[in-house]
Amino acid sequence: MKKFTYLIPKSTDEAISMHESHGKRAKYIAGGTDVIVKIKEGKLSPDYLISLKHITSLNQLALNKETGKLHIGALVTHGMLEESSLIRTQYPILHDAVTNIGSVQIRNVATIGGNLVNAVPSADGAIPLIALDAKVEFYGPKGEQSEDLIRFFLGPGQNILERSEILTEITVPPLLPNTGSAYIKFGRRAAMELPLLGVGVLLSLDEDLKHCVKARIGLGVAAPTPMRAMEAEQFLTGKAIDEDMASEAGRIAAKESRVRDSIRGVAWYRREMVSVLVKRMGLMCLERIRDL
Amino acid sequence: MERDVKFLLNGNEIKMKIKDHWTLLYLLREELDLMGTKEGCGSGECGACTVIVNKDAVNSCLYLAAEIDGKEIQTIEGLASSDGTLHPLQKSFVENGGIQCGFCSPGMIMSAKALLNENQNPTTEEIKHALAGNICRCTGYIQIIDSVRAVTSTGNEGIEVVAWKTEEKP
Ligand SMILES: Cc1cc2nc3c(=O)[nH]c(=O)nc-3n(C[C@H](O)[C@H](O)[C@H](O)COP(=O)(O)OP(=O)(O)OC[C@H]3O[C@@H](n4cnc5c(N)ncnc54)[C@H](O)[C@@H]3O)c2cc1C
Ligand code: FES
Ligand code: FES
Repeated sequence: MKKFTYLIPKSTDEAISMHESHGKRAKYIAGGTDVIVKIKEGKLSPDYLISLKHITSLNQLALNKETGKLHIGALVTHGMLEESSLIRTQYPILHDAVTNIGSVQIRNVATIGGNLVNAVPSADGAIPLIALDAKVEFYGPKGEQSEDLIRFFLGPGQNILERSEILTEITVPPLLPNTGSAYIKFGRRAAMELPLLGVGVLLSLDEDLKHCVKARIGLGVAAPTPMRAMEAEQFLTGKAIDEDMASEAGRIAAKESRVRDSIRGVAWYRREMVSVLVKRMGLMCLERIRDL
Repeated sequence: MERDVKFLLNGNEIKMKIKDHWTLLYLLREELDLMGTKEGCGSGECGACTVIVNKDAVNSCLYLAAEIDGKEIQTIEGLASSDGTLHPLQKSFVENGGIQCGFCSPGMIMSAKALLNENQNPTTEEIKHALAGNICRCTGYIQIIDSVRAVTSTGNEGIEVVAWKTEEKP
């Protein structure tokens, strides 16, 4: 592998000043499952790798009891999320997604922050967090900033972070009562494969457990960036949700999706599957609300 | 750049100089001459290079040697006793046909070991989930899952030679 110097800052300020002083020759590294592969392939050739792994403030996972907000540090690994009973019980959509990212070996090191910063259309971590209305917090020479996750992605591999900025945390606002959520990574095999499609649905129901007060539909690999199917969300809001409604939402979401042909699958099939999977995940949400 | 690292390797304390761009796999095979850990793909896809760092199975081909400072590493070489007696998992792989060419075996066994350290009685589904990142081109996986299951259900003792078993329906 190409030679580089590995730097281990203990704080975000130290990391940022290292990055500023080495400029384009420096690259941040978290779990390294993307960076190391790219260095080996010759697609990246940094002279300095600045590790974020030893900045302990970045790997906290906690629900703030006062505000009801979930805080996920950028350096939290998929494995930590998979094993968290809080995530499994309260945010099953995220549990569904992280459980099938790569393999145990990948999940033990790969981070949620690295997954978002990568900004690939298939990022499994991004879709559930979008459905959860997550915000990203980042920090850099300009200080602390915050943005809705859905606005974080600019295109394949591109995000809003500027030079030396560090993604520090993902925050999820409190869930409404009677909320169910579910994600499916759809492909030939869940483990060790990039998905053909990623579909995440979140539904919050009224006290009557029928009428939808909030709907979120996140789609991965359906556009150049992770996207929301907002027309389908609007269609569901206020309606009494049943199988027919979920099917119709699927059809609307399929129309909204901007799927393309690729080596893993052709556009028409992807579109059909958006419709099928939005419905299926919608019904799974209802089932999960019933089981609450 | 070079740096000093100190770590436990299969229970032995090691202090040495490493280079920043070395992977843990390179360190094990090329510098420490421990050839048990294999390199298949070199990119996280096959699991042949799996070792245990602290309690976690990781792909040593993507893990930087600079990160092992202060940690505990277990490789396949650490499983058998010094007199050559195989670890129950190794024995079970041999006796249940979990090994054919053997290239995937060190990685498979280390993944299985990491699972069993956390969960002594995994279900078949849990075994499959834990081994999903390990590719085998020979066995067809069923004997591998059987090999792991045999260690869990018989409590490490009395594993008999079974030439061929098909997967039981749950
Ligand atoms: C075999 C294999 C299977 C995979 N399977 C999946 C899968 O199923 N689903 C999926 O979505 N992905 C998958 N991936 C892709 C990748 O592992 C994940 O996206 C992972 O979450 C990346 O995290 P990391 O910590 O390893 O990132 P790194 O490689 O450390 O970093 C990725 C990028 O983000 C930057 N970065 C990291 N953290 C920060 C931060 N806090 N602030 C600013 N910049 C940062 C780095 O500079 C780099 O550009 C797979 C990868 C491999 C090798
Ligand atoms: S060699 Fe490391 S995963 Fe294949
Ligand atoms: S025994 Fe040959 S690859 Fe698994």
